[in-house]
Amino acid sequence: MENMVTVYLFGKKYEVPDSLTIMEAMEYSGYKLVRGCGCRNGFCGACATIYRISGDRELKACLACSTRVENNMYVATLPFFPLVKERYDIEQVKPTEQIMMQLYPEIYACVGCNACTKACTQGLSVMQYIAYAQRGEYEKCAELSFDCVMCGVCSSRCPAGISHPQVAMLARRLNGKYVAPECEHLNERVREVQEGAFESLIEDLMGKPLEEIQALYNNREIEK
Amino acid sequence: MYQDPVMQASIKKVEAARAQNMKLDPRRFSAEEKEALLKTYHPDYREEQFAPLAVGPNKGQKVPLELKALLEGRPRLLDAQVDLSQSEYEADVLIIGGGGAGCSAAIEANNNGASVLLVTKLRVGDANTMMAEGGIQAADKPNDSPAQHFLDAYGGGHFAAQKDLLKKLVSEAPEAIQWLSNLGVEFDKAPDGTMITTHGGGTSRKRMHAAKDYSGAEIMRTLRDEVLNRETIRVVDFTSAVELIKDEAGRCCGAVLMNMETRELMVARARTVVLATGGAGRLHYQGFPTSNHYGATADGLILGYRAGARLMYPDTLQYHPTGAAFPAQIYGALVTEKVRSVGAMLVNANGEVFMNPLETRDVTAASIIRECTDRGNGIDTPEGKAVWLDTPMIEAKLGPGSIEKRIPAMMRMFAKHGIDIRVEPILVYPTLHYQNGGLKITVDGQTDVENLYAAGEVVGGIHGRNRLMGNSLLDIIVFGRNAGLNASKKAKSVQPGTATLSAMFAFEAERADAGLNGGIPSPQLLPDYVRHAHTTMAEG
Repeated sequence: MENMVTVYLFGKKYEVPDSLTIMEAMEYSGYKLVRGCGCRNGFCGACATIYRISGDRELKACLACSTRVENNMYVATLPFFPLVKERYDIEQVKPTEQIMMQLYPEIYACVGCNACTKACTQGLSVMQYIAYAQRGEYEKCAELSFDCVMCGVCSSRCPAGISHPQVAMLARRLNGKYVAPECEHLNERVREVQEGAFESLIEDLMGKPLEEIQALYNNREIEK
Repeated sequence: MYQDPVMQASIKKVEAARAQNMKLDPRRFSAEEKEALLKTYHPDYREEQFAPLAVGPNKGQKVPLELKALLEGRPRLLDAQVDLSQSEYEADVLIIGGGGAGCSAAIEANNNGASVLLVTKLRVGDANTMMAEGGIQAADKPNDSPAQHFLDAYGGGHFAAQKDLLKKLVSEAPEAIQWLSNLGVEFDKAPDGTMITTHGGGTSRKRMHAAKDYSGAEIMRTLRDEVLNRETIRVVDFTSAVELIKDEAGRCCGAVLMNMETRELMVARARTVVLATGGAGRLHYQGFPTSNHYGATADGLILGYRAGARLMYPDTLQYHPTGAAFPAQIYGALVTEKVRSVGAMLVNANGEVFMNPLETRDVTAASIIRECTDRGNGIDTPEGKAVWLDTPMIEAKLGPGSIEKRIPAMMRMFAKHGIDIRVEPILVYPTLHYQNGGLKITVDGQTDVENLYAAGEVVGGIHGRNRLMGNSLLDIIVFGRNAGLNASKKAKSVQPGTATLSAMFAFEAERADAGLNGGIPSPQLLPDYVRHAHTTMAEG
C-alpha cells in the first residue's frame, strides 16, 4: 500500500513512505535523533531544515517535523545556527531606537534582499519586522514577528548577518513590558492578595468537610 | 481538503446541522454521570494497565506499566565508572531541566544571589511549556477571586489536591501574571489594559489569560531570554542528569551528568538541587499518542524516586480530549482547548452535538471515547476513530478573521496539511497530555529528600487527580519561582559533605531483594522512534 519516494539525507539516498514528515523519514531510515528534534509539532524551532527538490533551482526552508517528504528531495538539517544574542537588563532598557542601535546595529545594514522573508518557515514578513525594529516601532515589530519559532533559517540566509529572531525577541519584550497598556485590575488584585483579602475565604473552603465542598462545587454558578 | 468519501459525507451532516447546533447550550453532566463516564471510559480506570511497585518509597502502590519498568529499571551508572571526588561543575543551586519551571527557578534563585547551573538534555526551552497553547489561569477580574479559583480546581481535580499547594497556586496566580508581564510577556489585552480572558473546561469564571494560542511559547521564549541575559546563570544544554548525588548525611548535593552527544559523564556539585524535568508523554502509556515534546520521558520521577522521594498520584494521567486525529503527520498533536473556549463544539459522525464542550478534560476525554466506542458515532481515520471539532462555528460566532486572530497556530498547523479550519471542521481524539501525579513536595517545594526541590510537571498533588486547563502554565511559574527562591535560601546555610551514590546502591540492593535482576536502562532520556529494520553493529 505504501507509496515510496526517494529522499537524500545529507546527500545519501534512502527510500521512505511518502506519508512521512522529513523528521519521521530520518527515523525511518535509522537515525536516532538527539539534535534537531524538540516539540515535533512546529512550536520550538529545533528542526530547521534546508532542502532542494532535484531539478529545482530554488533552495527551500522548512521545519522537518511539519513538512512531508517529496520525491527526490535533498535534505540538510540546521539544528543549530550561531545567532547573536546580546545580554541586556530588561529593567534598564527603554523602548527607543537607541537600544537597537546599541545592541543590534547590524539591522541598519539590511540590504533589502528579502531573503529572510522568503526563507521563513512560518511565512512571516521578516524583512518588514526588521524595518519596524530599525524605526523603533516595537509594537508593529512584535505583532508581525509574534509567530516566530526562532529556528534561525532567516539569519542563515542574511547577507548582513542579522539575527532576526533575537531582534524580534527584544522588540516583543520591550512591547510587552513598556509599550502595552498597564493592567489596572491585575495590579489591584495583586495588592488585595498581598493584604490578605482572600486568606480567610480560602482557609474556610479548606476546612470544609468533603460533602459540603462537593455541594458548593456542584452547584456553583458558571459565568456565561 | 478531506479526500475520504466517508469523511466528506459526515462533514455534510456537520455543515447541515451547524446553524442549529450553534444555538445549543448543552447541559452539564451531573456529578453521578461524570463518575460513571470516567469509570467506564477513562484510561486511568483500565486496571490491567497498572501494576504495584515492588521497590522504593511507594512500594505496593500501582503505577502505569511503562512507568513501573523505569522506576524499577537498572540505573545507568551501574555500568560506568565515575569519580565523585572530581567535579566539572559547581554552583549554589543545580537546576535539572530547562523548561518553564526550571527557568523560573533559575531566575528567582539568581535574584536571590545564588550562582545557578541549569542543565537540560535538549536545548533550554525544549519543553512542554513551549507547546502549551491555550492559556494561564489567574483570578484577577472583579467578579472572580482566588477562592473561586480554588473551588474550580479542587472540584475539577476530584477533591484530591494537596490543599496547601493548591492554596498557594491560586493565591499567587495574579502575581505570577504580573511577574511575567514585567518580564515582557505579551498577554492579550484590550486597549485599556484589561486582560482578555475566556473560559477553560471546568472554570466558573472567565480567567484564562492568553497570548493568542502561543501562550506557552510566548512565556517560554521570554523566560529563556531572561535566563540567557544573566551572567551568573550557567546553561549547559544537551546534558542530562543520570543519577542524583547525596552526601553522607543523606542530603542531595549534585548529580552525575551525561553529555547527550558524546555520552561523556561529568559531576555537578551544588548546595541544593531542583528537579524540573517535566512529564512523561513520550512513554506513550497504553499506546496513546502524545502532545508532549521529545524529551518527556519521566526522568525526574526516576531520579527522585531512586533518591528516596515519594510519589503522589503516579497512577493518574491526563488525556487531552482533543488531540489531532487526522492527518497522520500530526496524529496526537495538541488542538488547544482554546478552540472550544472561543466557540467550537464537539460533534459526532451524524452531526450531533453530544456534550457541553467545556466539561473538565478527563470527563470530555471519556465522553469522546464513549462516542467512538459503545455509541458507534465515531468517524473512521487511518489511526482509529475520532469525532469532529467544528471550528467553522468560531467565525460564524465571532466574525471573519477571528480564527487567525485568536488561534493562529492551530490555523497554521492544519493549513500545512491542506485543511482550512475556518471552513472545514477537524478530527480529534484524546492524546496523552499531562502527568497529574509526580514527586510529593512541601509548600516550600522540597521533596522527601533534604535539599532536593522539585517544580513543574514532575510534581504531583497540586492538581489532585485531574488538572484544569491553564493551571499548568500557572503551576510552573508559581512553583518554579518558589523552588528557586527556597533552594537558594537554603543554599546559603548548607555545607555539603562527601559526595556519594549511596542512594543508588541502596536502591540496587532493594531491587536485588525483590528479585528484580536486569531491567531496562533507567532513566530513559529519549524515546526510540528509529525503525529497527536492519541488523546494526554495536558502537565501540
